[in-house]
Amino acid sequence: MAKRSAPEVNAGSMADIAFLLLIFFLVTTTIETDSGLNRKLPPIEEIEDPPIIKEKNIFTVVVNKNNQLLVEEELVDISDLRALATEFLDNGGGEGEDACEFCQGTRDPKSSDNPEKAIISLKNDRETSYKVYIAVQNELVAAYNVLRDREFIRLFPNESMTFVEANKKYSDPRTSPEEKERLKPKLTEVKLLFPQKLSEAEPSKTN
Amino acid sequence: MSKFKKKKGGDLPAISTASLPDIVFMLLFFFMVATVMRDSTLMVKNQLPAADQIQKLDKKDRVMYIYAGEPSSRYTDKYGTQPRIQLNDKFATVSEVGAFVLSERASKRQELQNVLTTALKVDGETKMGLISDIKQELRKVNALKINYTTRIGDYSQNID
Repeated sequence: MAKRSAPEVNAGSMADIAFLLLIFFLVTTTIETDSGLNRKLPPIEEIEDPPIIKEKNIFTVVVNKNNQLLVEEELVDISDLRALATEFLDNGGGEGEDACEFCQGTRDPKSSDNPEKAIISLKNDRETSYKVYIAVQNELVAAYNVLRDREFIRLFPNESMTFVEANKKYSDPRTSPEEKERLKPKLTEVKLLFPQKLSEAEPSKTN
Repeated sequence: MSKFKKKKGGDLPAISTASLPDIVFMLLFFFMVATVMRDSTLMVKNQLPAADQIQKLDKKDRVMYIYAGEPSSRYTDKYGTQPRIQLNDKFATVSEVGAFVLSERASKRQELQNVLTTALKVDGETKMGLISDIKQELRKVNALKINYTTRIGDYSQNID
């Protein structure tokens, strides 16, 4: 009897396993994309006659060279900034044609008339550190987003998502054009209720 | 004369390596898909600040990048530790930002030239003075859409 070696293991299915893994990874990995805070710079042309803005409609935020925060002339901690900004934007202290129906604030006559008129003014020092500046920007954007979320849910309860989620869906390339068309007017409507009016002064120089 | 003979233990069979190419290709594809290509090598420190109210950046062909921060350790001998701007592959001064934006804009397709975003990838430790100067230059060349590129995280990570 001839001596026979054991038969070779069939490797034909190895390729299938490999492709299965490949497809698994293809599906589960997301390619990293950059993200950040979008801002729009003001054009450089000087406005001929700047509109007169009432002092009470301006919410001043100053960051000094030691990264301390001065909000409406009071030293505050950055953790309070979001709440303070929300309160200011949502105040709705105006009367007559300036009245704000949807505002849920305290209607303090000393604070902003309505979100349309409310302006947040941000001023920083040349020595302010960038990460603190980003934290402040983040909190101010968050204040707008909180209010926009609230209005979006109030106006469009059927969507069962917040403004931020809807906006994300709108900018997602996978969303169908019809869906985008449907979301666009709703997003614009909420944006108009709480327009982002964030003004940045040129930074002060430290001597 | 039985059909079922006990197999006599011979040499161990060689393990087939026929599937090795498959495995290698699989790894290759995986890395090809998962890697993000960086067009320019970073010459500055780039520890981005954290933020959570973020929006995704536009498609890649609509973005130009401006890096800023302290020169990384390899370059400190030559360039010092003052935060600097990096455009493409070299350090630049503030006055060169305008020309860079204009040349980048000219290199894009006509229909994209008006929708370009400038992504500022700035190290968290940089002072605002430099960033204001960059912003001023951007305003001069009418590149008004900017994006402060951040990593995802709570704002409190920025305060120490």
